[in-house]
Amino acid sequence: MSFPWARHYEPKHPLMQWVDERLPLPRFVYNAIGAGYPVPRNLNYWWNFGVLAGVVLVIQIVTGIVLAMHFHSSGAEAFNSVNGGIMRDVNGGWFLRFAHANGASMFFVVLYIHMFRGLYYGSYKAPREMVWLLGVVIFLLTMATAFMGYVLPWGQMSFWGAQVITGFFSAIPVVGEWIRVWLLGGYAPDDATLNRFFSLHYLLPFVIVGAVILHIWALHIPGSSNPTGVEVKGEQDTVPFHPYYTAKDGFGLGVFMVIYTALIFFAPDLLGHPDNYIPANGLSTPAHIVPEWYFWPFYAILRAFTADFILPAKLWGVLAMFGSILILFFLPWLDKSPVRSGNYRPLYRLSFWVLIVDVLVLGFCGGSPAEPLYVMLSQIAAAYYFAHFLIIVPIISRIETPKPLPGSITEAVLGKSA
Amino acid sequence: MLPLFVRSIKFLVGGGFIFVLLIALYGTITAEKPAVTAEQEFHLHPKEDVTFSFDNPVLGKFDVAQLQRGYQVYQEVCAACHSLSLVSFRELKGLGYNDAQVKKLASDFDNHAKQPTLDPKTGDRGERGNLPSDHFPHIPYSGNGTPPDLSLITKARHGGARYVYSILTGYADQNGYKNEKGQELLREFPGAKSPPGTFFNPYFANLNIAMPKPLTSDGQVTYLDGTRATVPQMAQDVSAFLTWASEPTMETRKQTGLAVVLFLLVTTLLAFGAYRTVWAGVKH
Amino acid sequence: MATEDDPSGLENPRRRDYLTYAAVSVAGVGAVVAVLPLINSMNPSADVLAQSTTEVDVSQIEPGQAIKTSFRKQPLFVRNLTPAEIAAANAVKVSELRDPQTLAERTKEGKANWLITLGVCTHLGCVPLGAGEGEARGDFGGYFCPCHGSHYDTAARIRKGPAPKNLAVPAYKFDTDTKITVG
Repeated sequence: MSFPWARHYEPKHPLMQWVDERLPLPRFVYNAIGAGYPVPRNLNYWWNFGVLAGVVLVIQIVTGIVLAMHFHSSGAEAFNSVNGGIMRDVNGGWFLRFAHANGASMFFVVLYIHMFRGLYYGSYKAPREMVWLLGVVIFLLTMATAFMGYVLPWGQMSFWGAQVITGFFSAIPVVGEWIRVWLLGGYAPDDATLNRFFSLHYLLPFVIVGAVILHIWALHIPGSSNPTGVEVKGEQDTVPFHPYYTAKDGFGLGVFMVIYTALIFFAPDLLGHPDNYIPANGLSTPAHIVPEWYFWPFYAILRAFTADFILPAKLWGVLAMFGSILILFFLPWLDKSPVRSGNYRPLYRLSFWVLIVDVLVLGFCGGSPAEPLYVMLSQIAAAYYFAHFLIIVPIISRIETPKPLPGSITEAVLGKSA
Repeated sequence: MLPLFVRSIKFLVGGGFIFVLLIALYGTITAEKPAVTAEQEFHLHPKEDVTFSFDNPVLGKFDVAQLQRGYQVYQEVCAACHSLSLVSFRELKGLGYNDAQVKKLASDFDNHAKQPTLDPKTGDRGERGNLPSDHFPHIPYSGNGTPPDLSLITKARHGGARYVYSILTGYADQNGYKNEKGQELLREFPGAKSPPGTFFNPYFANLNIAMPKPLTSDGQVTYLDGTRATVPQMAQDVSAFLTWASEPTMETRKQTGLAVVLFLLVTTLLAFGAYRTVWAGVKH
Repeated sequence: MATEDDPSGLENPRRRDYLTYAAVSVAGVGAVVAVLPLINSMNPSADVLAQSTTEVDVSQIEPGQAIKTSFRKQPLFVRNLTPAEIAAANAVKVSELRDPQTLAERTKEGKANWLITLGVCTHLGCVPLGAGEGEARGDFGGYFCPCHGSHYDTAARIRKGPAPKNLAVPAYKFDTDTKITVG
């Protein structure tokens, strides 16, 4: 579906006509991210991050393919092939490695902003539920990919990360231990684990690409949402994606690349952990194991459950941690408010900003040692996290009186007079 | 309309998690405070009062003369126990040595360890001298403790070069040792007395390090360039050398980065101009 | 551009603008430059380039025998020629060869019996036979490549078959009468 006023692809050159009749790929691109896709004219900079996520995915795949050419996926050689071979001997290998490692971090920066934008502006609401659901699938796949990628350099954090994350599954009653051993291919992380993680780390990004294509496809059915949350009413509300948003995304990409390359070249180890420069040692656990920063909020939720209650604390922690992400699948049905944008929902907007603070607190606690103060903080913050999605938002969506919405996007942009 | 039960599932699930968290919170609050440990009170962060030529994340460079001195300290002191196995002798050209000098440095290292060989026919293990193309050989160590490989040591420790410097210069007499608060270690924590075979060093995570003080006196190394080899000087030089060993490509990285970031800034400015041009006249 | 009829300016965006051209061109250059490190990373790495030399002890090689060793991960043939083989090699008219070279040009002065070549057929890179005990040495008593039938003579020069060049002679020197350093 598209808006009736969407521009039509009209190949002028006979060659393009010839191609169009046989394989209408240029037409497809034209309608997807070209002049044939009408987009609300009032998108702000927060809408840049979808395209940025796509770009980072491509960067990760390209650098990853080249790094895989130099990586040895065995316990004896993985650490040296990364820290010796790639970082020292391969031509420009240090650049590829730092670009890929920091690219993972930037991927999550972009994803989180993209997701919180969706949360604030109600982009998950009808008729875009499927876009949101696919987005959560992409998020889960990205987390799995990032985790397995982090295991590959086979440093101390890689090894103990694999040990701890696969340990989640041993919380499952009866079959848990069997699942853990099956995942690892042994009783502790070893060659078998490293090899399967390498294989899957190479595969999953292409699955993500597939999910991204579905995500964009689903987006193009209703068209993009916008900061007012008011649906497009006519041609005056939209501009063609190209050149308007290609130009804006180009500028956004430039800003992103400056930050990303500054990180690669001037602070490549800033977001990493020193312990991962120590070769994996199954006989000695680092004093303070933490996952990469982008998992900290979830790690904090995991650790917040310290009390047995009917179920063992460990199982509660694992359930809550997975639950904290799975909740997102239900969000379109938890928030019943007919108004999308947080701009017109005073109570929801307040709860949104509290959630932002809450997630930052969870992140801070997840990266800190399990000392009583941080554990208390994470218990309170985790409780608020669940309260937000399962109690506060459903209630707000019923009792809130939204502010009056503009009659149309154009009206919001140009003022009533137009 | 969904049945009431289905509609309330969210409250039940949310309430359930919150309830369990509150039980856990109560447990955390009422739990006995864990005892304060000697590490918490006496462990020191790396010293900040030392500067390195490579400190600046954008413009910092290695000081080649210092790296050469640092290698001398590594070679004469540290290499008795510590390997450097990710580094190759050929990389020492990065310290400003030429091919012939690197060859000499490689064969000079034979007195620490040589390259292992294996005769495929007889199965005999043997040794041969170090060549520039070789990695630094593994240095066998049979004493107390496990000396870590130093190839990545400044990346593998919080504080990097400052940590190495602090460890080397941070040994102290445990008797009568006081922290900033004026607490006396052995009075507050009698159990913290260094176990036999370990040495008190507040910059080490658990305060007791198995390595005896390696840099013991001024002039322990006779620098070829005539620099006075005080203990802090040697510690600083070898810390600089180990930073180089952790990432010999650091200077290339920073120089490339400067060019890349400047290029991208210009590109971004142009992109901003293009964006404004395309949108000129379109209110949004 | 915004005009009277089209206040939004949607119909005539200023696409053909020098600033846009400049931005797109510079970004294009950047994208191309960004590909270079990806390609360059596939060149031989520093550790491969550093595998500089191979030492060979030739004291155990009797006249008429050869050994196969390796130099930079490629097979290396070291052959002790008999006087008859030297004579056979010298009897050939150089001008009639596909890749004209004399035996003297392919050995060291005073060491004409030591023929040291890479064991890589110049046709498509197989390892020719003839260095190992009892292997076929081809029609000319040197080496024979079984892949596509190239025959080399006792100076390892191509005589028959598809190979275009003689077996390559690497740089080497005699350290002593029985010890060679290749590379």
